[in-house]
Amino acid sequence: MPDLEDLYREIILDHYRNPRNRGELDTPPAVRAEGFNPLCGDEVIIYVRLTDGVVEDIKFGGQGCSISQASSSMMSSAVKGRTTEELYRLDRAFKSMMSIEPDPNHPSPANGNGADVKLGDLEALKGVVKFPVRIKCATLSWHTLTQAIKEAQATP
Amino acid sequence: MALDPALIRADFPIMCRQVHGRRLVYLDSAATSHKPRPVIDAVTDYYERFNSNVHRGSYQLAVESTEALERARAKVAQFIGASDGSEIVFAKNATEAINLVARTWGCANLGPGDPVVITELEHHANIVPWHMLTTERGIELRWIPITGDGHLDLTDLDRLLDGARLLSVAAVSNVLGTINPVRHLADAAHQAGALMLVDASQYTPHLPTDVTEMEADFVVFTGHKMCGPTGIGVLWAKPELLEAMPPFLGGGEMILNVTKEGFSTAEVPWKFEAGTPPIAEAVGLGAAVDYLTGLGMEEVREHEVALTGYALRTLNQRYGDDITIHGPTEPAERGGVLSFEYKGIHPHDVAQVLDQSGVCVRAGHHCAKPLMRVLGCAATSRASMYVYNDESDVDALADALGDADPFFIG
Repeated sequence: MPDLEDLYREIILDHYRNPRNRGELDTPPAVRAEGFNPLCGDEVIIYVRLTDGVVEDIKFGGQGCSISQASSSMMSSAVKGRTTEELYRLDRAFKSMMSIEPDPNHPSPANGNGADVKLGDLEALKGVVKFPVRIKCATLSWHTLTQAIKEAQATP
Repeated sequence: MALDPALIRADFPIMCRQVHGRRLVYLDSAATSHKPRPVIDAVTDYYERFNSNVHRGSYQLAVESTEALERARAKVAQFIGASDGSEIVFAKNATEAINLVARTWGCANLGPGDPVVITELEHHANIVPWHMLTTERGIELRWIPITGDGHLDLTDLDRLLDGARLLSVAAVSNVLGTINPVRHLADAAHQAGALMLVDASQYTPHLPTDVTEMEADFVVFTGHKMCGPTGIGVLWAKPELLEAMPPFLGGGEMILNVTKEGFSTAEVPWKFEAGTPPIAEAVGLGAAVDYLTGLGMEEVREHEVALTGYALRTLNQRYGDDITIHGPTEPAERGGVLSFEYKGIHPHDVAQVLDQSGVCVRAGHHCAKPLMRVLGCAATSRASMYVYNDESDVDALADALGDADPFFIG
């Protein structure tokens, strides 16, 4: 039986109890995207402000379980200050860790599976894979972020 | 005689299995119930001895299989106090049964501005079909609100029913457990000139059902929540309504004649059952009805009232202000469905921790998002009980709940 400690790692619980970058940004200049997990009702709202292809600021809101909230917090910390290219590489590497097949239409300019990307703290979410029902909780914020980025890039 | 859950558990093969090395503590019967041996055997027996298509073949197997299907229909009719099997339409589930009413009676009778009244505690199955008619036909959807303790707030009932064509209400809330005053609502609906649809999905498995007593025009429920197989649900309706309603899906089985120019429909109930019906599932539902009848529905209800009382006392005494149990506080006013919030820990996390102890509860919005909004939460944990549960299951839930603290209360 997979251990609950594999799922609820201390660093995850820390992000859950003390979320980073929780809040809102003015839109515009930021863009806002919403993600829902229709099965469980989790919702994540991502605000992201891109300047010259760099994530200048990011905030998240919404409500959900510890995994979805911690994943949002960890993601926001990981992508702040990164270029969109780096962000997409992280996204691909994260989803690969979550056992999700890469999307052939993924906008990442990078090839490969992202194995060369350092995930840092995000590695802590690896234990989620042992609890398949929770994978969507962990990836919801990433899906919502890429949606926000696409929207930001489409906005002149 | 009072039910003996230990004896009943012996009828349910799944109760032998373990989860994570612990005994199965199944508290999610509002989602689906387990199946007793006689139901499983009836389905197997059907495939082993009778399997053939119904209402078509002239050979012995087909005759027997048709008889088995129609016998099941008659059993269901008797179980809910219907006067004849022809009032029983088999559908895929309760959701399809409500959609059937919306698509046939609704499309034939509802137009722009026609009010349909539902309540804030409905399952999505009794919301979305009416939303669809709002979009497609411009009907007006009205909502009966709920009070703080999870009852329907009927203060404005007369105003809400003014001009209404249909009142469609869950007999028991799948989230709060509230037992709604169906007869009172049906009388009020009829006085206002509206028809009454009762979603009995959480009622028929748990309380004696009498469609005549309910004074309803339509009653729907599903087989899999009442010890029956998945894939079979029931619509009961007054014969004159079924006669007048246009058909639902078109195809084989539902026709009297088909020509290049058109078709004529079969008699009710077959008019609404296009294609090969869920025969084995109907036979299984018939066996489920026999099983529940053997237990006695009055006894089932008594057992659940006692167990719900025990659960409310146990959880409240043990956790006090750390637990909020939604819905009516009196066991006599509710079914054995307990939606709760514990120490602000998200229900998914609560359910995950409980699973480690073999305790199965549902976490989420329970297909009742408008109600969740009224309750001011995005999700709840829900423990729901049935004939095979006893106080030891409630104790297991209460014991395992505290295991969440080390993770989330830091």
